Amino acid sequence: AMEDGLMQGSRIREGDCAVLKRDDVFKAVPVLRRRKIIFEKQWFYLDNAIGHSYGTTFEVTSGGNLQPKQEVEETTTETKEAGTDNRNIVDDGKSQKLTHDDIKALKDKGIKGQEIVQQLIENSTTFRDKTEFAQDKYIKKKKKKYEAVITIVKPSTRILSTMYYAREPGKINHLRYDTLAQMLTLGNIRAGNKMIVMETCAGLLLGAVMERMGGYGSIIQMYPGGGPIRAATSCFGFPKHFFDHLHEFPLSKVDSLLSGTFSTETLPSEPEDNTLVEEESNGLTDEKQTFLQETEEEPTTEAAMEISQTEEQETMDINAERVECKENKEKESKENVREKQRKQWERRKKLMEAAALLGEKNADGLIVASKFHPTPLLLALLEFVAPSRPFVVYCQYKEPLLDCYTKLRERGGVINLKLSETWLRNYQVLPDRSHPKLTMSGGGGYLLSGITVVLDKGKSDSSNSEALRMEEPSSKRCKVQDLHC
Amino acid sequence: MSFVEYGDTIKDGDTAIVFLGHESMFPVKVQHGTVTQTKYGVIRHSTDLIGKKYGSKVTCSKGGWIFILHPTPELWTMNLPHRTQILYSTDISIITMMLELKPGSIVCESGTGSGSLSHALIRTVAPTGHLYTVEFHQQRAEKAREEFKEHGVEHLVTVTNQDVCKNGFGVSNVADAVFLDIPSPWEAIGHAKSALKAEGGRICSFSPCIEQVQRTCLAMEEYGFTEINTLEILLRVYNFSHTCAGCTCSLDPSVTVGKHQHTPLPDSSSRCAPCPSSWCGDCLGHYATLKANRDDSGTLGYVMVRRWFFLGSVPEIRVLVHAHSLESTSVLH
Repeated sequence: AMEDGLMQGSRIREGDCAVLKRDDVFKAVPVLRRRKIIFEKQWFYLDNAIGHSYGTTFEVTSGGNLQPKQEVEETTTETKEAGTDNRNIVDDGKSQKLTHDDIKALKDKGIKGQEIVQQLIENSTTFRDKTEFAQDKYIKKKKKKYEAVITIVKPSTRILSTMYYAREPGKINHLRYDTLAQMLTLGNIRAGNKMIVMETCAGLLLGAVMERMGGYGSIIQMYPGGGPIRAATSCFGFPKHFFDHLHEFPLSKVDSLLSGTFSTETLPSEPEDNTLVEEESNGLTDEKQTFLQETEEEPTTEAAMEISQTEEQETMDINAERVECKENKEKESKENVREKQRKQWERRKKLMEAAALLGEKNADGLIVASKFHPTPLLLALLEFVAPSRPFVVYCQYKEPLLDCYTKLRERGGVINLKLSETWLRNYQVLPDRSHPKLTMSGGGGYLLSGITVVLDKGKSDSSNSEALRMEEPSSKRCKVQDLHC
Repeated sequence: MSFVEYGDTIKDGDTAIVFLGHESMFPVKVQHGTVTQTKYGVIRHSTDLIGKKYGSKVTCSKGGWIFILHPTPELWTMNLPHRTQILYSTDISIITMMLELKPGSIVCESGTGSGSLSHALIRTVAPTGHLYTVEFHQQRAEKAREEFKEHGVEHLVTVTNQDVCKNGFGVSNVADAVFLDIPSPWEAIGHAKSALKAEGGRICSFSPCIEQVQRTCLAMEEYGFTEINTLEILLRVYNFSHTCAGCTCSLDPSVTVGKHQHTPLPDSSSRCAPCPSSWCGDCLGHYATLKANRDDSGTLGYVMVRRWFFLGSVPEIRVLVHAHSLESTSVLH
């Protein structure tokens, strides 16, 4: 268990990506000293959290510092005065005797939230008439408002998928966390697989797959445009070696790879520094990014790099001797060119490696969750998957998956096709007060899953009665029902 | 083959899945010299299976064919011999994610039952993790041990035959996660706590009845577990239906075609008057069929009627609510 880095990272360290939690609200932040964080209307620094265990709950003190919350004994032993029902309770908005200003004064004095709640209870004329349950509810509500407690939790698929679905569902195509959970299982994602992943979910699905593979096996991530977005992936905090066998390959080259005309000569324009672009959009800031903005996110930093190069050269001209300048300039631009060439060579090499891996056509599975229509993706990428392997496609909408189903049936080489969605319901479980809270259905997207089999090159499926048994008849063969149709 | 590693070709001793079509399948133990009967004929292991690639089509003696598949925990769940009510992949998926299981995790489970969840857990924690599973029924415990061995995963699992409520899981202070699927989970919470590592361990209990959930949540709280969450997950499957609907556009009654002929209308770009979309011209577009029609003079003729073919998705009528469906997870600090 040690080797997998499980023991590592149970303490909060500088440089980690941590997730702040308050009730059901999450936010991912980098753990950096003297970096002001805003979360749930609170401003604070994370400095004091460094060194504590993940899962620790903190209070925000007046200076914006974190302090581990002391365990307080609930005063349950006193017999509380309570009413039996609300028939005589009139809600005139005047039952609380403390004013806004009074409460503000208490806060400014640095009085702890707990104490404020106590004050509110004492100054409420109706509190003792409430039923015990209503009192409980009242206290919980006030605590939520005035007790600024924050828990710092370690990122995981569970945490990050919940966070993204709540905060930025558009970034992940509304892939709800229970749907993601199904994908990981249906796809038999595990250590040692050779997986093909195609996603436009900010790298969340990739991270989830990597977590379940534990650094073993290999992943080839297919990407549209110039490069894969791995913003969410960096939140997981994987050890470096997890990335040793993570490859990427551009979708634009898939056709050529399948037809045998692949070459590394024309590379898609790749950003020099993908991480900069990502930091803006990974939920580490409060910036909201819409779905449409996502589609326009073409990396353009190559142009930026050229600009900064000329800027550098100009600066050097000003500060040095003309001759030395010239020499330096030549040397620098030579170095820049060499560096650029080296990087390009690196990229070509990686691309060829990825192409070779794909070309073996023996991947252990395919997992897709993107904003693109699933049909062309599946038809192309299934070619790289070995027979008797599962595949799973997510789509926010059902209809494209219906089309996908039809085209897959025509292609053949797949069985056990299943279209599904999951509904999720959470419960409040309290003595005598248990009931469902929220039901989520339909809004979590849909899955099409299946298993590959050896693809029959000859189209033998058409009129075979067994074929009809194996596959749904396509509408081409659908007989006219006769005049009653 | 093993349940934790893919193999390419079928070997003697493997467990494989015979797929007959449309959700019909069964597991088979591959053995030299044996035969397996199917409704499409006989499969001879020595000639038809051993040495063949997984995913191959195998023709049976009567001429029909099947596909032979590599086992996975999910396929096993759908096909294993039930000794008890089992957990299905829908619940297994959410449990796995909520318990944050991954390679290297140490998990405790009780009861083992038919081993459905066990196989999935073993798959997830392999190659460096371990499953400690406790089953109070002696024969079931023994059968589980046998199966794990047959499936090549015995090094990843320890089966203990005892009552978890009395004697716990047999380990202490090591587990990352504990899972309970027993009648009285509240009696095992204390033992779960001692099996779990000191901080950050997660526990999940699975119960069919709300009363059990209530008692368990209370026990979790008493033992210092925090962030208790209860949820229910339901799977809705859609079936596919190639169907058609009549199109209410009017057609030229003077165009007649032979009886029983159905052809795509000649002009794929034509738009018929009240119909909102031009038909697409392939099999999911409009087709014309014939409708017998007597005109005013009583003469029988045929009129073309457009039909709009489409693929419909039909939810299964009953949303399957499993026998056990409520799970509570919480974390220890």
